[in-house]
Amino acid sequence: MNYILRRLGFYFVAAWASITLNFLLPRLMPGDPADAVLASAQGRLDPSTIAAMREAYGLSDDPLLVQYWSYLQGLARLDFGISTAFFPSPVMDVVQTGLTWTLLLGGVATIIAFVLGTLIGVFSAWRRGGIVDSAVPPLALFIGSFPYFWLATVVVFYVGFRWEILPEAYAYGLGLSPAFSWQFISSVMTHLILPALTVVLVSLGGWILGMRNTMVSTLSEDYVSLAEAKGLSQRRVMLRYAARNALLPNMTSFGMSLGFVLSGSLITESVFNYPGLGNQLVQSVSLRDFPLMQTLFLFITISVLAANLLVDLLYLRLDPRVRT
Amino acid sequence: MSTTPVKDATLTPNGKPLLSVRDLRVQYMTARAPVRAVDGVSFDIAPGEVLGLAGESGSGKSTVAQALLRILNPPAVIAGGTIDFQGRDILAMSDRELEQFRWQDLSMVFQSAMNALNPVMTVEDQIIDTILSHRAMNETRARKRARELFEIVGIDPSRLHSYPHELSGGMRQRAVIAIALALQPPMMIMDEPTTALDVVVQKEIMQQIEDLKNEMGFSILFITHDLSLLVEVSDRIAIMYAGQIVELAPARELYERPLHPYTQGLLNSFPALTGPKERVTGIPGSPPDMAAPPSGCRFHPRCSKVRGFHARLVPPLTEVEPGHFVACHLYTSPDGPPDGGPG
Repeated sequence: MNYILRRLGFYFVAAWASITLNFLLPRLMPGDPADAVLASAQGRLDPSTIAAMREAYGLSDDPLLVQYWSYLQGLARLDFGISTAFFPSPVMDVVQTGLTWTLLLGGVATIIAFVLGTLIGVFSAWRRGGIVDSAVPPLALFIGSFPYFWLATVVVFYVGFRWEILPEAYAYGLGLSPAFSWQFISSVMTHLILPALTVVLVSLGGWILGMRNTMVSTLSEDYVSLAEAKGLSQRRVMLRYAARNALLPNMTSFGMSLGFVLSGSLITESVFNYPGLGNQLVQSVSLRDFPLMQTLFLFITISVLAANLLVDLLYLRLDPRVRT
Repeated sequence: MSTTPVKDATLTPNGKPLLSVRDLRVQYMTARAPVRAVDGVSFDIAPGEVLGLAGESGSGKSTVAQALLRILNPPAVIAGGTIDFQGRDILAMSDRELEQFRWQDLSMVFQSAMNALNPVMTVEDQIIDTILSHRAMNETRARKRARELFEIVGIDPSRLHSYPHELSGGMRQRAVIAIALALQPPMMIMDEPTTALDVVVQKEIMQQIEDLKNEMGFSILFITHDLSLLVEVSDRIAIMYAGQIVELAPARELYERPLHPYTQGLLNSFPALTGPKERVTGIPGSPPDMAAPPSGCRFHPRCSKVRGFHARLVPPLTEVEPGHFVACHLYTSPDGPPDGGPG
């Protein structure tokens, strides 16, 4: 209980710090977003438009503290202003769609890679030097060492374009509109396969190796020898005694990768033209959509914190030593 | 390089042995050369007997224990010999037979109670999974049995739901003993059961083990480097050096009249608590590199009574007095090699 409170306290402070930084950074920069747009419009905007734009950005000449207060109020209402690239949609609406797709793609790919890699790692270590151990980890590392964009492009070219087995771009079929129908869901699934597959392929090796190594050192622990000496079944010794303990250090890396799902799918989404946050971030930068950019940064920071909190809570569940 | 095989009957005082080890060899397959951690060890244990096994760190005593249950981790492999337990050859058992044999017939109290318990399972779960994997018993009965076991080893059964880190070192060691008792096996291995504990707790645990043994009558292979402890609990003591047994004798006999210079050195390493002040001498040098052990008598580089031929000829483990075995040229060929070669 005490532990949870302490962790929550920490995350609260960290979240506050990142929110405040997110507020301060654009205001500490010389000029402001409206000036940037003004410059690109080359004097073709009249002053009232500029004033309206500045207001839409939440920029004003009020004292910093007053601005900070209204910024916090906006946050509480999930109001991040108006996107300039997708004018006049509110930033929140834009981010919401991107967030859904990124969470779907990144979440699915990360979880599959973690679960699969962990299982292979457990088995490799258990039958150390066996067929699986000598073949799978080196192969996975070999595939994982290709530059991601190259691997993804090759996959898109052959599977999607040349052989036309699976759709090569976007999150669902053209002409479909989001609906809770079998047609739409199956379209989303088939569109998900290629991008998720490429992410799993490149990250699998790391998970296998991480789990295999902690598993190998766990296997030499006395409690594993004792479990074996007790005459327990091989399965129970492998899973309940060895793997269960070897998993603990890897949970931290799992949390980290979950946290980086939002920011990490940038290249994937570009290659597969997937309408997620990564794609939006690229667009917002190239179109100088400051409100969108700022919001995305905030989301990325918060997601790292949220993933770490999740791992802390998981630890609480998995490791009794943390509870006291 | 091998010791002379010892005649079966001579290693047990009387009757049919419970466990009979002959010419056991364990090697660690390293990249450089196989390390012969256990090199031709033979001994018997009679029902209800306590056999002490002593030696320096690295002498191979724990490796013997692990070989008996076949729980050696790679790169260690059993390279030869036989282990006979009540007429069954442990080394020939299938995986299935081995799972049955383990704990049912031979259990083990592990070296460090700190690491012998799974940190993410309650102690109770670690007791009942042992019981349930061997006995056709429902969980309620197994839990009841776990309570009994905790009472037997003197821990309040309310601590059953604790995780290992919530118990003190002494309690943890008692819990490990409770697990070893779970199936009431006829024999137990105790691998330095008290080394990690302070002296007071150590004394309590030793008393506990004595009481349990007297009550239940199981045999014990008691492994430790603490010879003075061993003399108190053992019926017979075997001394290991560099993977071989160099002396084997009834406990009192070995304590009062050690024959092997190594045994004498070990006994001199411990100050006596009572009696006149004596100088603690210890043994000069350090244990040999087991990848390339010394030729002849393996102790010769450290022995104060070494003679030239000791480096060439391996002294066989020989019964020099009834029940007292020693592998030392001083007793088997004091006047030089039997073939009359240069001494």
